[in-house]
Parts: sequence; C-alpha cells; structure tokens
Amino acid sequence: MRHLLSASDLSIESTLEILNLSLEMQDVNSRDVKKLPALNGRSVANLFFEDSTRTRFSFEIAAKRLSADVVNFTAKGSSVSKGESLKDTVLTLEAMGIEALVVRHHHSGAANTIANAAWSKAVVINAGDGTHQHPTQALTDALTIRQHLKGNKDLGDLRGVRILIVGDILHSRVARSNIDLLRTLGAHVSLAGPATLLPKTGEVLADAIYHNLDDALAMGFDVVMMLRMQMERMNSVFVPNANEYSALWGLSNQRFQSLKSSTLVMHPGPMNRGLEISSEAADSKQSVIVDQVRNGVAVRMAVLFKLLAQESSDK
Amino acid sequence: MNNAGTVFTNVSLANGQITNIAVVGECISSVGDDYDKALKIIDCTGLVALSGFVDLHTHLREPGFEQSETILTGSKAAAMGGFTCVHPMANTNPVADNSAVVEQVHALGVAAGFVQVQPIGAVTANLEGKNLADLGKMNASAAHVTVFSDDGKCVSDSLVMRRALEYVKAFDGVIAQHAQDPLLTVNAQMNEGALSLKLGLTGWPAVAEEAIIARDVLLAQEVGSRLHVCHVSTKGSVEVIRWAKSRGINVTAEVTPHHLILTEDLVESYNPIYKVNPPLRSQEDVLALRQAVADGTIDIVATDHAPHTADSKDCEWGEAAFGMIGLETAAALVKTTLIDTGLIDWVRFEQLLSHNPAAISRLTNQGQALATGSFANIVFFDPTTSVKVDGTTQSKSLNNPYIGMTLSGSVRHTLYRGVLTVKDSMIQEIGNHNGN
Repeated sequence: MRHLLSASDLSIESTLEILNLSLEMQDVNSRDVKKLPALNGRSVANLFFEDSTRTRFSFEIAAKRLSADVVNFTAKGSSVSKGESLKDTVLTLEAMGIEALVVRHHHSGAANTIANAAWSKAVVINAGDGTHQHPTQALTDALTIRQHLKGNKDLGDLRGVRILIVGDILHSRVARSNIDLLRTLGAHVSLAGPATLLPKTGEVLADAIYHNLDDALAMGFDVVMMLRMQMERMNSVFVPNANEYSALWGLSNQRFQSLKSSTLVMHPGPMNRGLEISSEAADSKQSVIVDQVRNGVAVRMAVLFKLLAQESSDK
Repeated sequence: MNNAGTVFTNVSLANGQITNIAVVGECISSVGDDYDKALKIIDCTGLVALSGFVDLHTHLREPGFEQSETILTGSKAAAMGGFTCVHPMANTNPVADNSAVVEQVHALGVAAGFVQVQPIGAVTANLEGKNLADLGKMNASAAHVTVFSDDGKCVSDSLVMRRALEYVKAFDGVIAQHAQDPLLTVNAQMNEGALSLKLGLTGWPAVAEEAIIARDVLLAQEVGSRLHVCHVSTKGSVEVIRWAKSRGINVTAEVTPHHLILTEDLVESYNPIYKVNPPLRSQEDVLALRQAVADGTIDIVATDHAPHTADSKDCEWGEAAFGMIGLETAAALVKTTLIDTGLIDWVRFEQLLSHNPAAISRLTNQGQALATGSFANIVFFDPTTSVKVDGTTQSKSLNNPYIGMTLSGSVRHTLYRGVLTVKDSMIQEIGNHNGN
C-alpha cells in the first residue's frame, strides 16, 4: 500500500493493522511527552483546497507527534486562487522536498489524480475529496465503535455489529468511506435518508436502505451515525426546508430516548445542533462524538507511520 | 497523382463485387474491366472500396481554439480516417452564427484541401439559446449551410426549438440537437447510477437526454420539419426514436464510435481521457445502440471528434474538458463493433459513414454511389489488418481513449475529388494548402 485514497482499497488485514497500530499511538498520546521520533527529518504537506479545521489540525498534530516537518498549504491565499493548476502546485511542493501530501479537495477523485499522475512521486493521503471518500474518518469511526462495543483491548473485526447511517448519503464522503470500511470489517451497514439524498442505487452499497427514520430505528441498531446536513441542499430542491428535514430525519430527543441504552450515537462533525441531532443526543453518555475526534489523531498517526515509516522502508 | 489518371484494380465494393475503379481528374471515369490501359495502376486486391466518409459531427476548433486543432490539422486527421467531408460544429470563437464565420471556415477548408469542410451553423445567436442565429443568411452564403446545431449546448427552450424547426423548413434545413436538459444535468460529470454514487461524481441521468428527444420529435411532428439527434447515448433514447420513426416523424439519429464500445466503468480511474459529453453509459446501453444501428433506428455514425490540449485533460476530473478525438479511429471502431460482431454488412457500413450523413446534409457531391461520373471521393479500407492504437495522429491533440486497444481494419488510401490524400496509410503532401 503506497497511498491511502479510498476505504475501499483497504483489505481487512491492512484495516486491522492500522486500527491496532492506532491503539499503540493512543498509548503515546496518553503520555506526558506525546512524541515519537519515527518520522524525524521527513516532510509532510497538508494540501487543503477546501476549508477544514478539525481534519487539518488532526493531521498536523499527528505528523508532529511523529516528529515530521509539516507545512500547511491552503488554497485560500495561495496561488491556486490565481489559477495555478493542481499539477503546478504539486510540482512546486515536491521540488521543495515534500514526501507526503495530505490532500483535501472539493473535486471527487483529486487525490487519485495526484497519486496516478506521472508528475508526482509523493505518498498521497486522501483527507476528503469532494463527495467521494474520507478514509481516515472511516478508520477513526471504526476504532471508536470497536473500543466502545468490544473494549479497549480488542484487536478483532466488527462482525455482527449493526450500524445505521442517517442523512445525506448522496453527498457524503464520510458515509461512503464508512460503508466500505465497516463492511470490510464484517459489520452490517444500513442507510436511511430521503430518496433524493439516498437514491435507489444505494441498495448496491449497503445491506439495507430505509426512507423512514422511525422504521429504521425500530430495527434496533448498535450504532446510529448522523450525517451533517448542508444548508445548500435546501436550495437545490433535495429537501423542502430545514424544519421538515429536522422533523423527519433529525435524531430528536424523542427518537434518541427510543434507542436501546447500549446504542452508540455518532456524528463526524461539525454538527448542526437542533437540525440533524438534538443536544440531548449529542451530549448524552451514549454519544461518542468527542471520542471520534480524539481517535482521529491516533488513527492519522498510524496511517502516516504505516505509509512513511513502514511501507517506504520496505522498498 | 498521374495526370492521365489512375485505376484502382481488384477492389471489392460494399456488395462484394470485385472490380476496377478508374479515376481521371476529379471523377470516376469507369467502373469495371473496361478502362484505359494507359492509366497508372494501383493494385487494391483485398481492399474494400467505399464512398468517402462524411462526418456530420466534428470539432475543428478554428477560429478561436487553434491550440487544440486547426482546419488544416483536423482535415488531415479526417483524411487519415477515410473521410472526404467533415461538418465542423459552430462552437468556435467567434461562434459560427453568421455568414462571415461559416464562409471563413469553408474557405479555410478549401485552402487546406484534404476534405470538404461543410460548416454547421449555430441555431441561436452566440449559442445562448435565446434568439435565432442568421439561419437564412448562412444558408444563402458561399458555405451553403443546411445543418444547424448549438452542439455542446442544448436548445432547451421549447419555443426557440419549435421556431428553429419551423424556420429552416424554408430551405430544407435540419436542426441537429444536442439533447441534454440543462436543469437535470447541473454540474453533471458521468452517467448516473450505482457507479456515480460510489465515485461521488454528480450523475447525468438518462432521462435528461430522453426527455429532450421525446419533446423534440413531437415538435418536429407538429411543425412538419426535420430533426437530427446528435450522439444518442442511452437505450431509452433509442426507444423514443424508434417510436417516432414508427409514427412517420422526420427524425434521424447518430451515434458516436465511442458510445458503441466504451462504458462508464472506465471512469473509475478518474482519468479525464474518458470524460465526454454525453457521458459513457452502461454495457446495456452500448448493446442497445449497436442493435439500433443494425435495425435502422440510428442512421449514421458521427465522430464528435473533440480535440483538447494536454493541460485540459491532465488535471482533476471535475476541472477537465469534455471530449475525445476520433476521426482516425472511427471506421475501425465501426468495423470492430458492428461488422466483426455480425450486426451489419459493408452495404450498411457505407450507408452509416457516407450515404446517410451526406443525405441528411443534403450534399449531392458526397456520399455518391461509386459509379461512372461520380466525384472520386473514395476510401480503400483494408478489412484484414489488426492495428494496435499507439496515439500517432495528424490531430493537434492527443486525447485519444483507445491507445493500447487493438482495432480491426484500417484505412489504406483516401481519394478526395481524385486526389490521393492518404496513400498506404500515410498522409500525402497535396500542396494546395496555404501553409498555415
């Protein structure tokens, strides 16, 4: 494995290897001195063509804890806004000695474009491309689910775990990555959302699809993952308005109360409180939303370590 | 060419008859054994002689986009593909929506001299879909425009489409529609389906094409005019056109070579070489299109040759330009997908690539039968070769999706008005272009 472009590229063996490496990274993160020398002298660029704070910070902290040198490139204020191509941007960074590119981009497939290009030699890590994939988020979510359902020491897969993902599946790279990775780990993944945001072709992606949230929740899932609802979807006629979306598809307090007490509530963030998730649900004991963020650092350390320290030294 | 003329011996015509075709000057002087024995002989044993191909859908990019193609380079690529006539689309800069631009394009074609360059005029001013372009003046110009298209954009306004169809009746014109409902395809990137969902690329639903075709055939029926449907890409479109023809509506349809062979799964690589409008569809669509060509629902194959610079394809999928080149590979693709599969014979092949497009464009000097007195527009096609596409091209652009594929058959010689533009699969220096 040279790049991490899509959760669908990960075998069950590599997935478990990354998750279990993440546990070791969590040990490092719990120490007073949160630092390993593993990537000392290595250079990583966070190449962000789309706004993001948590993912960029998470990758930056992860790289620094492994002692890598990190530079942040954001499209805003860079020459991309003056019309520099992706190719020229990458050529420029690689000419400065960058070995790994953590790429966030508004176009689906942008990370694949760099990884497949003759003009790039860098290791590419997809940090979210358009409405396609966000593989480190899926790894983070899988680790969070395993820790909460199976305990901190568990090193196995997620066979038998039943997961429901709710909301805008059509535009969600988090949903796509989670569907791929959680199913690779043996989990049963169902999707729920309005038909405009969960097309019938979604059947081929998941184990079941629902167009009514209450019907779905009545099936008793181990994990309910709520997706962020973008306000601009209302303007492009996917749903009538925020009020109706919240009423039909939000994890209201009432719906939250109907869940088993063991059901985990997840959200990749940033949340629209009161729209897709109530504060009662988000702040409850069943909510693992903060753990998702915490685990994100360990998972990204594991990915950087695997791709830059292990895979590169194999060559 | 020998001034006294040439005889192409032992050629096979589309109907299988073996004969000799003698050419003197611009015309065929005889077909058969009775030819002037003083003529220079080119032995064509094993080759199929067909009426020169006519492309009803070409982008030559001049004026305005000469970095991707010029009328000269596009004409040479066309000759290499066996074409003796191309119809450059109107989406140049300035747009071919007036007689000055179409006359200039036509004149540059004459100067290049490799093929007849028969311009297509825009339907609406500046391709904006609002007001009609100078349809009558373009028809009356030296370029004699009969085919009008806003290709790349759909004439989506029903009233404008109705008026355009009505207006061109006066001079037996035809509206060639790029069928794509713009509201159903905002930012669309690829065929809509399970794969677009997986890849996170905005889907391009089949209904966006089919709904426009359904509306247009009804409008053509209503006003009694001629409609031509460009680059049909879905099974549903074929069904709508089949229905319209069964009702006697005056509609013709084209398919591109790429929609007869390439499918959407190629998009999984995010390689923009496969980004094209209309998008590559499913295998089921490909098979339905082939069947429609065989049963006569689709009338012609047209290339939609769309050259683009390397930069506009060496980037993110979402930033890349739509289109692929196709003049040089068209005939081999039709042979590979339709003759080798047993769906059509050489007679139908010649109709698809020559007789029918010439008839839609109302050209009398192209698509003629290979008979005494016809213009010597002839392609000599070798059906026995198996050629691995290596990207060598006369086009200025390299956006060729077939590189590495092996295609069956190749163009050996092309004769345009008695002049060998291609001999032994090599472009000839014909010496009457103006050096641009």
